[in-house]
Amino acid sequence: MKLTGAEAVVKALEMLGVTDIFGIPGGATLPLTDALSKSKKIKYYLMRHEQCAAHAADGYARATGRVGVCTATSGPGATNLVTGIANAYMDSIPVVAITGQVATTVIGTDAFQEADITGITLPIVKHSYLITDAREIPEVFAEAFYIASTGRPGPVVIDLPRDVQNQIINFKFPEHVNLPGYKPTLKGHVRQIKMAIEELMASERPVLFIGGGVINSGAHEEVKKLAESLKLPVAWTLMGKGAFPDEHELNMGMIGMHGTKTTNTAIMNSDLIFAVGVRFDDRATGNLKKFAPNARIVHIDIDPAEIGKNVKADVPIVGDARSVLAEINRIITEKESTKNNHFKWLEQIFEWKKKWPLKLPDTDDLTAQHVINTISKLAQNRDVLVTTGVGQHQMWTAQFFKLEKPRTFITSGGLGTMGFGFPAAIGAQVGCPEKLVIDIDGDGSFQMVLQDLGTVARYNLPVKVVIINNRYLGMVRQWQELFYGRRYYAVDLEKGSPDFVKLADAYGIKADVVENLSQLEEKVATMLEHKGPFILDARVKEEENVFPMVPAGASLDEIIGGD
Amino acid sequence: MKHTLSVLVENKPGVLARIAGLFRRRGFNIHSLAVAPTENPNLSKMIIVVDLEDKPLEQVEKQLHKLINVIKIQDFLPHEAVERELALIKVKATKENRSEIIQIADIFRAKIVDVSQDSLAIEVTGTEDKIDAIVALLKPYQIIDIARTGKIAVARGKK
Repeated sequence: MKLTGAEAVVKALEMLGVTDIFGIPGGATLPLTDALSKSKKIKYYLMRHEQCAAHAADGYARATGRVGVCTATSGPGATNLVTGIANAYMDSIPVVAITGQVATTVIGTDAFQEADITGITLPIVKHSYLITDAREIPEVFAEAFYIASTGRPGPVVIDLPRDVQNQIINFKFPEHVNLPGYKPTLKGHVRQIKMAIEELMASERPVLFIGGGVINSGAHEEVKKLAESLKLPVAWTLMGKGAFPDEHELNMGMIGMHGTKTTNTAIMNSDLIFAVGVRFDDRATGNLKKFAPNARIVHIDIDPAEIGKNVKADVPIVGDARSVLAEINRIITEKESTKNNHFKWLEQIFEWKKKWPLKLPDTDDLTAQHVINTISKLAQNRDVLVTTGVGQHQMWTAQFFKLEKPRTFITSGGLGTMGFGFPAAIGAQVGCPEKLVIDIDGDGSFQMVLQDLGTVARYNLPVKVVIINNRYLGMVRQWQELFYGRRYYAVDLEKGSPDFVKLADAYGIKADVVENLSQLEEKVATMLEHKGPFILDARVKEEENVFPMVPAGASLDEIIGGD
Repeated sequence: MKHTLSVLVENKPGVLARIAGLFRRRGFNIHSLAVAPTENPNLSKMIIVVDLEDKPLEQVEKQLHKLINVIKIQDFLPHEAVERELALIKVKATKENRSEIIQIADIFRAKIVDVSQDSLAIEVTGTEDKIDAIVALLKPYQIIDIARTGKIAVARGKK
């Protein structure tokens, strides 16, 4: 089959099962854009900023478990993707970014709209390609999707010079991918698995500690089985939210800086941290030197480089979380093992949970916590998916929005990218058209990406945006209050913020304001019933702080608040 | 402490940049680096000497392994490998001291590879220590130019 390079790209994408692409075209992607226009299988979502295209592909991937695809032209188009690519890299999300490039004949001459995007993205990609001969296209695309979605997932950049898109080739798609330097270990080591089970059985104060790896590998059922069969209390990282039902009696809540007092206290008193798909990030562990001082550590992760990077593992297991946990569950079931040497510990944890619940502020003012709690309650029986920006509202959503399924909480964990929530919601809604997608956003975060209201309006995506509007860069303000003598500086957003209802109206999007507690339920219900996109401007109390809080660099038992 | 890593990589554009970038980003210090294709033109061998102060070698190897183009990594302990370095040293030489310099070269089993009115070029191979030693001896005659390959190594025996 004779095809142009651009047609070969589209053919390869179709064969890889791609149905949606987020992007903005430009000079260096004109041939590709033209070829995409002829595809009956792929829909192109025209965004209003390339950063949102990358975040949308990221949100799409997290919501569906499939590879998210974004595209941008050379130079500024490509560099605008960079934050989105870094975000996907930090959270291990499978994204393929296709960038246009100037013609091979002028690469390196500082041509118009030339940027060395494979060079620029080198430290933030799992892998990247600069295609200089269109005959490489079928193989490169097959490899890129395989690399992005297997092992520890991550973003892959494919840079496509303009002349390569016009080159005529004989298209032949490879039957399998052969990468001599890339063979992820999926199955855990048999002896290590046995040792891990022995540790579990011997421990008197175990904690099952789960993260994003559980969601990536689809190990949530195995986690539940293990937790329930041995009665293990469960702690999760921000990236692990949704992997274990929030309302489950064994769920202790989030770990770390804004984690629950129960989880952080349990970690510090535990004698065994059974960690699955986590990377012991500093926001989760607090001061590493003082982390879980009495615990032995079992660490299951697909990336060997994560094991031993931050904490020393007593029993390391390299492998896919689902495969390893399935094997552990099989052995436990086969031996009919039960665990009854930790009932005192469980009792203690249930007591802590009762003593230190996350509480709504005792006030008649409208607070962020009230808003999030109310949405959570009213959306309870709906097929809901939540995205967030970054900051206070993100932490409150992690604390107060009750979820029970994986891939329903989409947030920027590692990079902490303000503005991620709205475009991620766009991607998630495209990937899951039947779901109720709610972006719980901050007024600061949302204003970084609000041009993509155009995208929501154009495709009539029924995304609900709730702006937790406290007229501040709230998290920075909180730190200035607590650690800089309340010297607020460069955090006040009151002046210069738009009237969000008028703004929505300008885009033809429905919107409303909620200002007091008595209207809250009704206004949230109206939003949730609305068929199309909706913006709810929740004008909440200004100087509310996120608690509990472990200050940066402190240990998890130096927790402020929460009791 | 210095470690010698022998890294087999795919011979593709950008591989050196990926490895150099990884070392920079993770704060690993490259002491020397030698790269050339192997008997198979699709593969290249890199001999990297890393200077590790507080980072464990294990992290360096694991991070290297994550690069898709890296196929195999060997970590050589000093007695397990044959290690060599080659240096070309151009040194000032007059009629009076030329034979002295040639004598020094002879002691090190080095070769004179170029000679002119007022200079000599010497080729010497050996361990890093040996090359350091001849450089020290030649210094008083005034070294005009010097180029060293950095260490290369192969495992002893069958390995």
